Amino acid sequence: MKTIKNIVATASILTSILFVGCSDDDSFTSQPIDSQTEIDFSGTYTQQDQMGRPAINTVFVSSGNKDAFNTTTPSAMGASFQSAFQTKLLALNAGYTTNLLGLDAPTFTSVLATDVLNVSTTAPTTFYDGTNVLTGRALGDDVIDVELILIFGGPMAADNPGLTSDNVGSNDKAFLTSFPYLASPW
Amino acid sequence: MKKSKILLGLALTGVLAITLIAADHIDAPAVAGGKSDITDFYAFQGSNTDNMVFVANVQGLITPTASSSASFDENVMVEFNIDNNGDNVEDLVIQAIPRNGVMFFFGPVAPGTAGTTSMVKTEKPLGSISITPYGSEPIITTNNGAKMFAGLRDDPFFFDFGQYSAIIAGTATSFNNPGSDTFAGSNVMSIVVELPKSLLGGTGTLNTWVETKKK
Repeated sequence: MKTIKNIVATASILTSILFVGCSDDDSFTSQPIDSQTEIDFSGTYTQQDQMGRPAINTVFVSSGNKDAFNTTTPSAMGASFQSAFQTKLLALNAGYTTNLLGLDAPTFTSVLATDVLNVSTTAPTTFYDGTNVLTGRALGDDVIDVELILIFGGPMAADNPGLTSDNVGSNDKAFLTSFPYLASPW
Repeated sequence: MKKSKILLGLALTGVLAITLIAADHIDAPAVAGGKSDITDFYAFQGSNTDNMVFVANVQGLITPTASSSASFDENVMVEFNIDNNGDNVEDLVIQAIPRNGVMFFFGPVAPGTAGTTSMVKTEKPLGSISITPYGSEPIITTNNGAKMFAGLRDDPFFFDFGQYSAIIAGTATSFNNPGSDTFAGSNVMSIVVELPKSLLGGTGTLNTWVETKKK
C-alpha cells in the first residue's frame, strides 16, 4: 500500500496546534425570546467551513484545495472536485475496482465530491448498517469503518483486511438516550 | 481504563504540539484551531421518531483544562442547511449564533440568498437557550416544538487516527487490534437542535450539511 503514502502531505501539513483559552465569558443570563429583536444580528456572514459526511475534506481534498473546498457550495462541488477525488481514491487504493455498494471509481467519487449528508425522514438513521445506506448519521455509527470498507474493501469487503477497520468501534463515553444525546464533557 | 484514557487525552492535547486532522477536525488552514472549525455533523431521528436531530460540533480537541474558558464566537454563525428537492442547494436553513452567553436559533426558513453568504434570519426566531457552563447539567429548552442546547460535550467522534497516520506515512501497514481512540478524553463545543420533521419541508430523503459563516 505504499501508494497511500501520497496523502502523507495531508497528515503532515499541520505541525503545531496550540489551544489558548479566549474570552472568559461566564455570563449566564436567561433571555426571553422577545429580546431577539433587540439584539444586533446585522451584517453579512461569509462561509468559512462546510461539512456533510465525515472525513471527506480530510481524506480526499489535496492540501492546497482544502479552504477552497470548504467555501464551495455543494451544488458546485461535483464539477470542481470529482476528478481530483478520483485521483486521490486511486492513490489510496491503486487496486480499486468497485466497492461494496457496487460503485466504480468515477461513480463513487462523484457521490463523495458533493459533500452532503443524505437523511431519511422515514427510515431508521444509519450511516450504513448492511441494509440501509446513508439515511443519516447517528452518534454511534462507526463511520470510519464504513468509509474504510468502501475505499479499501473491494466489491466483497474482503480486500485489504488490515485496512478496513480501525478496531475502534464505539465512543469513549456512552451517549444519552434523550436530548441532548451527546455525553457530558470530560 | 477511563482514567488512563483521560490521561492519554491530556497528554495528547495538553502538552505538546499535535497533528490531528480527522472527521472534519482541523481540516483546512483557514479554520484550523479557530472558533469556526467544524469538527463533526450529525443528523438522526430523535428518541421521538417524529423529530429530527441536528448536531454541529466545532473547536475540537478541547482538553478538560481548557474547557472552563472555552467559548463560542459571537461573529460565527453555525448554519444547518436542508435541501429537500435534490439539487444540493439549500431550501431551508436553521441558524445558531451566540450573544452574551445565550445561543439564539432561527428557522427553519428559506435563506435570503442561497450560497456562501448569509444574513441572520431575525424574522424567524426559533428560540434561545443559555449556553451551558462547563461542569453544569445541560440546560435545554423547548420552544416552537424545538429543543435546543449549546455548550461543551464529550467529542462523540472515535477513530484511531494515530494508526491511520502511521499507515499513510508508511510506517505501518495495517490498523492495530484493538485500536486506540485518538479522540478519547477530549471535548467539543456542541450545538444540538431537535425539531419536528414536519418543519423540514418534505419527506423522503433530504440533503443536509452544516456551515460556519463569519462576520
